[in-house]
Amino acid sequence: MSDPTSGSLVTTSPGEQPGLVAEAAPAPGAPPQQRDKPRGLLGDAWHDLRRKPIFWIAATFIVLFLLMAIVPQLFTSVDPEHDSNLSRSLVGPGSTGWFGYDLQGQDIYARTIYGARASIIVAVVATLGTVLFGSLVGVIAGFWGGWLDALLSRLADVFFGIPFVLGAIVILFTFNTSNSGRSTVRITTLVIIALVTLTWPVSMRIMRSSVLATKQADYIVAARALGASNTRIIFKHLIPNCLAPVLVYATILVGAFIGAEATLSFLGVGLQSPVISWGVIINESQNYIRVAPYWLLFPAAFLVTAVLSFVMLGEAVREALDPKLR
Amino acid sequence: MTENILEVNDLVKYYPVTRGIVFKKTIGHVQAVDGVSFNLRKGETLGVVGESGCGKSTLARVLMSLEKPTRGSVKFNGQEIYGLGASGMRRLRRNIQLVMQDPYTSLNPRMTVGDLIGEPYEIHPDVAPKASRRQKVQELLEVVGLNPEHINRYPHQFSGGQRQRIGIARALALRPEIIVCDEPVSALDVSIQAQVMNLLEKLQNEFGLSYIFIAHDLSVVRHLSDRVAVMYLGKIVEIGSEDEIYERPTHPYTQALLSAVPVPDPSSRETKAIIRLTGDVPSPANPPSGCRFRTRCWKAQEICATEVPELTVREGSDHPSACHFAEKREIVATHEAGELTDLPTRTL
Repeated sequence: MSDPTSGSLVTTSPGEQPGLVAEAAPAPGAPPQQRDKPRGLLGDAWHDLRRKPIFWIAATFIVLFLLMAIVPQLFTSVDPEHDSNLSRSLVGPGSTGWFGYDLQGQDIYARTIYGARASIIVAVVATLGTVLFGSLVGVIAGFWGGWLDALLSRLADVFFGIPFVLGAIVILFTFNTSNSGRSTVRITTLVIIALVTLTWPVSMRIMRSSVLATKQADYIVAARALGASNTRIIFKHLIPNCLAPVLVYATILVGAFIGAEATLSFLGVGLQSPVISWGVIINESQNYIRVAPYWLLFPAAFLVTAVLSFVMLGEAVREALDPKLR
Repeated sequence: MTENILEVNDLVKYYPVTRGIVFKKTIGHVQAVDGVSFNLRKGETLGVVGESGCGKSTLARVLMSLEKPTRGSVKFNGQEIYGLGASGMRRLRRNIQLVMQDPYTSLNPRMTVGDLIGEPYEIHPDVAPKASRRQKVQELLEVVGLNPEHINRYPHQFSGGQRQRIGIARALALRPEIIVCDEPVSALDVSIQAQVMNLLEKLQNEFGLSYIFIAHDLSVVRHLSDRVAVMYLGKIVEIGSEDEIYERPTHPYTQALLSAVPVPDPSSRETKAIIRLTGDVPSPANPPSGCRFRTRCWKAQEICATEVPELTVREGSDHPSACHFAEKREIVATHEAGELTDLPTRTL
């Protein structure tokens, strides 16, 4: 310890630490602890997000739509299914029915509100399925590589090659026959499965490429040198560092799936009538566009707003997570 | 102090060079490490120097058994480490640890310092009971000269030197006997280099560690090492004590390396003889026959192309050198450098 440099470094004063510059004397008490709170990459992203008006607008709409999906009773007291009255068939928007009435005399406002649930359930569950399944396959392919990677990648290519709408029509047309009953759960599940089947390759590719990039990182080698098992390396080191791109993709995907569900329902192969969704309402209205444009307009506006909100949220999250854009 | 803790014998690592996508054909081998033998004694520091691409880092990875060697054996305390079972390997990991070159990439950015240094205990739960782990981590932070209160911080909140200390603390956590340092200071500022090296020295005295210290900076190696091995194209060309290598080098490559060390003394510039090597390092995929240095050596003769020089003690020298014409040569520069390196604070 005769060496002056080694003496000075062992007692690195807290004032020299980054992030503590403003803090003259950090006491071990509670207030400095809070200011001293560490921020990971997600913490930084959140810090960034909070300053973005786009994020707040999108988040407000999304919360609103989620509320609609969970407790539609908050927004309307009308029963969307059994409150039909033919005497008000195709009556336009007015003081009683804000969005007008459809052919059966059902309140379009109530139906649009209730339609959020099916649309959002399909979108969220399908996104979860896509991301979980795709990421799992991506991690396996990227981490182990070799022939397994080649096999899984080619398999993904096959599914990626199927045109989305065509593929969904084929799948749903084959399994969603009219004589198979019209159970809500069954139809919803089928649509979700169709969506997941046709989109998992994208998240698989995203995950695989980030695993391939991260796998070579020095901290993975360091973990190996410590004797960490593959499971530990995958869950503790690989996945936390590969999650950001998939997370962004997932947010945008929710919006895309709301649109996709509406597309399939509009084409008559997705969700069907006892189920209320935006796509189903738009499908029902298609023959009366000129007589009752409001029937199409209002659910379509909700649909566009929801899709836009999720896409914008995804965009904001992407910018916040990408350090190069900071 | 003379007990060998690590015995490396004829270690070889070839990487296959393949051609073709579906039907891979091996068309050659990159001979990254080719027949390296040395012993590491308990409590000693063995410096390994050489220019980039000479196989230093590959040697580190093979010694850590992160990569399987093509041939050869490494014995830790007399026990062969290749061919150990899973549990034997785990025990070995506790005894040989690694400090990596780049402190910016060797720490997982998503983990706090506490998690990073505590990870060895999670992987080897029998070393420390769960309750005492936090305290142990804080002790380690103190040992490497960091504030133990920063246990909840993330790596990006530290500077390069501080991160390297975190890396050293992680390597120390399991109380290993050998630490392989793969260029631990070359990514750091010069002023920080000295601090980290002094820390390594202090830890060696405190815990009785043995180091294999890999670097391309001759003065860094000289400051820390008891013995030095000079590598060229995957082979050790000269090995000996710090004095033997720096003051009485016999291999032409070592002499050329040392003559290139800049001397901070204008008056010696006149007298200093710089040996300028011509040409590039040959490709390790297709090394020259015989002596690998012969293509750039001013002493090369017929025998150098036909016969591989053994790493043995030769006439007129006191340490092993792999040259047919090994002989001492007056290197003006090293005397000056020697005086400088005696002062730890002025190593660089």
